[in-house]
Amino acid sequence: MNRREAIKAGSGTTVLAMMIGAGLIKPTDAFAQEWNKNAFEAKNLNDTVKALGGTSAVESKDITFVNAPDIAENGAVVPVGVQSRIGKTDMIAILVEKNPNSMACSFNIPDGTEAVVSTRVKMGQTSNVHAVVRADGKFYYATKEIKVTLGGCGG
Amino acid sequence: MSDPMRIRAQLSGSTVDVRVLMAHEMETGQRRDASGKTVPAWFIQNVTATYNGKTVLSAQWGPAVSKNPFLSFRFSGGKVGDKVVVTWVDNKGGKRTDEAAITAAA
Repeated sequence: MNRREAIKAGSGTTVLAMMIGAGLIKPTDAFAQEWNKNAFEAKNLNDTVKALGGTSAVESKDITFVNAPDIAENGAVVPVGVQSRIGKTDMIAILVEKNPNSMACSFNIPDGTEAVVSTRVKMGQTSNVHAVVRADGKFYYATKEIKVTLGGCGG
Repeated sequence: MSDPMRIRAQLSGSTVDVRVLMAHEMETGQRRDASGKTVPAWFIQNVTATYNGKTVLSAQWGPAVSKNPFLSFRFSGGKVGDKVVVTWVDNKGGKRTDEAAITAAA
């Protein structure tokens, strides 16, 4: 069984974890192939956290939004940056609660990379935006409402 | 082949500030065209940035990332002149890799 078949055959992460554990593939290689379908199909914060491998997330004041507006004129291009001051942060995800699927993107933060990332996301309507952080195996989140005056789903 | 990414990697102090602008449609799969047919989803799924062979950031993206995506992040330990390499892969198997040399902050 080659790596591609292994990834296809298993339900993703468990098989990958086994292979990483067995030293068959390096975590960095595995990640390049990985796309967490379940997390991207989850409809809310709790389900997304579960799909990312957690049980629940705790609200944290050590997560802040940077560059994110209170009101976005154009929902197709909403700048959102997230900074985590929680030690051992190794993942940051951005969720838009009222989009068809919550999670817009997730970032793996290796050692040596600061826990601050910025991107731009689409928002269909005014919504809470959650920043989810994984640090030392635990999940944390922060929420900010961004008002959208023109939706981003009309193209 | 899609247009090249615009990458800027700037060293200030001991951290490298990386900004990337990619050219991609990022079609959500939720939109319909004039004849009412759904426009199939077409979006970047994986982004990886490396410096000297070491991954400094990897990302998984869904269709809710904006068209022509922007990304910025910071990592420590970079040197002026060394290259930062960024690769993206989309859900149709499209792929693009570009690189930029680290410059000193003005």
